[in-house]
Amino acid sequence: MTISIQSVAKSFGRFPALNGVSLEIADGELLALLGPSGSGKTTLLRAIAGLEFPESGQILFDGQDMTQVSAADRRVGFVFQQYALFRHMSVARNIAFGLEVRKGADRPSKAAIQARVEELLKLVELDGLGGRYPSQLSGGQRQRVALARALAVDPSVLLLDEPFGALDATVRKSLRKELRRIHDATGVTTIFVTHDQEEALELADRVAILNLGVIQQVGTPSEVHDAPANAFVCGFVGEANRLEGEVRGGRFRSGDIELASPGVADGAATAFIRPHELTRAAAGAGAFALTVERITPQGPVLHVEGRTADGRRLEAAFARAGGLGFQPGDQVQVAVERAHIFSA
Amino acid sequence: MSQRPANADSALVQGVVLAVMAAFLGLVLILPMATVFYEALRKGWAPALEAIQNPDAISAIKLTLITAAITVPFNAVFGVCAAWAVAKHEFPGKSFLITLIDLPFSVSPVVAGLIYVLIFGAQGWFGEWLIDHDIKIIFALPGIALATIFVTFPFVARELIPLMQEQGVDEEEAAVSLGASGLRTFWSVTAPNIRWGLLYGVLLCNARAMGEFGAVSVVSGHIRGLTNTMPLHVEILYNEYDFVGAFSVAALLCGLAIVTLALKTLLEILQPQTRRPGH
Repeated sequence: MTISIQSVAKSFGRFPALNGVSLEIADGELLALLGPSGSGKTTLLRAIAGLEFPESGQILFDGQDMTQVSAADRRVGFVFQQYALFRHMSVARNIAFGLEVRKGADRPSKAAIQARVEELLKLVELDGLGGRYPSQLSGGQRQRVALARALAVDPSVLLLDEPFGALDATVRKSLRKELRRIHDATGVTTIFVTHDQEEALELADRVAILNLGVIQQVGTPSEVHDAPANAFVCGFVGEANRLEGEVRGGRFRSGDIELASPGVADGAATAFIRPHELTRAAAGAGAFALTVERITPQGPVLHVEGRTADGRRLEAAFARAGGLGFQPGDQVQVAVERAHIFSA
Repeated sequence: MSQRPANADSALVQGVVLAVMAAFLGLVLILPMATVFYEALRKGWAPALEAIQNPDAISAIKLTLITAAITVPFNAVFGVCAAWAVAKHEFPGKSFLITLIDLPFSVSPVVAGLIYVLIFGAQGWFGEWLIDHDIKIIFALPGIALATIFVTFPFVARELIPLMQEQGVDEEEAAVSLGASGLRTFWSVTAPNIRWGLLYGVLLCNARAMGEFGAVSVVSGHIRGLTNTMPLHVEILYNEYDFVGAFSVAALLCGLAIVTLALKTLLEILQPQTRRPGH
């Protein structure tokens, strides 16, 4: 199912949550809506589900206008951050709910519903737990039940609101992989909301980044990471050192750091330098001194925190192989391999 | 020195507080209740039973039970509606509605009764019209039921609002997104989640409905054998120096209240497994 969102706007009182958002989602895609809290990402997800109704704009499913169709008639699967399992029903009855509320000929037979429940329990790896109640399950298990319940109705689109937000780090990681596996197995168009950029980049085919009710950039994880459209995206996605400075005649200058900035208009500007884009260099043009303060190993790299001669804090990531040959307190020469520079 | 948790008070403080509590409860609650039963049975079982079986007493018992039977279902339905509206929806004037629900708690029951007399009484706004159409509200069952409904309105709503607010709307939204209609969502999701709270509120409402005196006293007219409820009957007997009779009916009223509270306690014991939040 393709989903087309066209200039959707929605406000709560005087607070605008969505400010004319347009977005196209391809059939079978796994898309992340990424943004800080208050960016409108959850409102957008709820508008797609029919749990909120936009004040203007349209939402199309496969070209069909669904803007005013109620949630009950949209056939979406929605997974809530706090699971929202029916607490007085067993796991099996939770999963069967979407099928049991169907009317007349639409409603599958008892045996068919039971078979579907078994199949879904197997898909989310909870075989044999159908008789339990939600309060008897762990957080990760509850979220799997919520996922199975949403998938039971063969939704045209699966919507997940911060699905891993309430889980601890280990469970979150494994459930992420699980979601990717289930998405690949079912092929259902999936949209999930998250404020965790790592989660979005790892899991999604494409990422839509929102801020202040406006989409800042839509692209593949590597596009938004390596070619950020603006300063917000650059600062929000991935780690970056942030330098305030000034551009004059195609050169960005901030203290004793000077960078080429082709195409950036003269005036105040911000430069973002990813830690791995700072490299060790021989003293000379473009290189500057960094006094090392702290070295932390992080997997294949060593994370180095230091200060420039004029006291600004910078973070760098150097490959671990071969050793570094310096210690906290030493001075090293570094150069900026690449920077993202935006006019302020 | 022995170790004890930082928040534990010394045995002396604990003992004093408990003793004060016990003395207070004994003086204010247990002693009066015991006196009721003692006075009722002072001359043995026979006069007490006779007082209860007196035709006027039986009529008062009937009226009290009928009033409760009208009031409780009415307030259960409207209490659920009010709590549902307040807890699950946002609308202008919501805080005003919450204040309004509390109004019967803050208004004196006598004033509540007077309001109905002013509206439906012979000299009231609708008095003439009601007399013309031969409809009796004041000094009759409808007036007694109305006054009781007014006084006991908050019990169910007040019990359900915090419970429903705590449960939020996630489960309802989940049900709707799975294709359930509004009515189906209410019966399959909302109602089962509030059943214990509802029962609890209904029992409290029932206890209060049977015992209401002030508001009913104003609208009833105290017609013996016709518009006297149990509390009013107790007062009449007492004013006539029929102490055994007064205390016997009072003891029966106490008995009904104790049964209600016992049911309530039983519910509290049964309830924890199901009331545990789902996350």
